[in-house]
Amino acid sequence: MSEPRANGPELSVEVWRGRAEGRFQTYRVPLRPSQTVLDVVTYVQRRIDPTLSYRFACRVGMCGSCAMMVNGAPRWTCRTHVARVAKDRRLRLAPLRNLPVIKDLAADMTPFFDKWREAEARFLPSSPRAAATARIPPADPERAAADAAIECIGCGVCHAACDVVAWQPDYLGPAALNRAWTLVNDARDADRRAHLAAVAGDAGCHACHSHQSCATFCPKGLNPTASIAGLKRASALALLAGRL
Amino acid sequence: MDARVQGGAVVGGRRELWLFVLQRASAALLAPLVLVHLATMIYAIQGGLSAAEILARTRASVAWPLLYALFVAAASVHGAIGLRTIVREMTPWRGASLDAAAVAFALACLALGFRAVGALA
Ligand code: SF4
Ligand code: SF4
Ligand code: FES
Repeated sequence: MSEPRANGPELSVEVWRGRAEGRFQTYRVPLRPSQTVLDVVTYVQRRIDPTLSYRFACRVGMCGSCAMMVNGAPRWTCRTHVARVAKDRRLRLAPLRNLPVIKDLAADMTPFFDKWREAEARFLPSSPRAAATARIPPADPERAAADAAIECIGCGVCHAACDVVAWQPDYLGPAALNRAWTLVNDARDADRRAHLAAVAGDAGCHACHSHQSCATFCPKGLNPTASIAGLKRASALALLAGRL
Repeated sequence: MDARVQGGAVVGGRRELWLFVLQRASAALLAPLVLVHLATMIYAIQGGLSAAEILARTRASVAWPLLYALFVAAASVHGAIGLRTIVREMTPWRGASLDAAAVAFALACLALGFRAVGALA
């Protein structure tokens, strides 16, 4: 590789190349102040090796497309500073865990979003678009529960962090279950029982171990573990009340 | 959507949900029972009671055998459900044969446990 040599300090960056089968390739990237991991990947692709594939869009932590494994942990790379994660000026970058690899750092998100569909994690409208906006007081407990979980950007970091997803590939996973919890608490939804029924199955909320990897790594600071605990409680109560 | 909800998803789901509820309920029973059991063991050993003296006490009461019968029932249910879950997570074994094995495990624990409780009573 003909890499432009910088005079200042450098990072040694190992990057996954290939698909499920592949290898790590090492690049040397100049170390800069306030540099993000995404900046490093972009530098490699623009200056050293244009064949490198990766994914990003917003660069400001909104779209959720830039997640990768950084030194073994899932992170949103556009908001992760190199200074915070590089050990001895070394980075090891790999595609997001628990998902198939398309190429290099781009993971295939299809199984992740398939689980949202299986978990019935979409709003079921109860009134026509023209109807007046539902009024739900901010202090309403259900609204507070939904609000706490609603800011998910669908980045897949929690999915990559979850060991139960790794052990039990059909487990619905933290993101889809977290979204389902917001709908179970949404007074405007047409069939909240359907949301509960969809997550009370074989590989649903009861498979969660509550070990909180998802909450530890969620870049939005959400707590899918708490949402899943809510689903466990709500589904058990619905079962005992004969509503499920 | 309703057809799917009424279909296999929920039948399978209800079983897992019932097992979850049973697991929680048996855990709620086991938590105090384990503490009572440990405290009694420590007390009995430190007091220097012999096996014969302990048996004399348990045989004189209805409460101790009943307490341990409940303990055996809760532990059998809890252990069988927990092992079934571990097997489902760690191996590809699923389905009716696994459920039957879990039931057999629970029954074996119940039989052995009640045999021991019978000796206390
Ligand atoms: S708490 Fe549940 S969903 Fe979150 S990482 Fe652990 S098992 Fe996965
Ligand atoms: S819950 Fe958090 S980690 Fe999971 S997809 Fe949403 S934003 Fe990402
Ligand atoms: S590029 Fe959009 S969240 Fe990172």
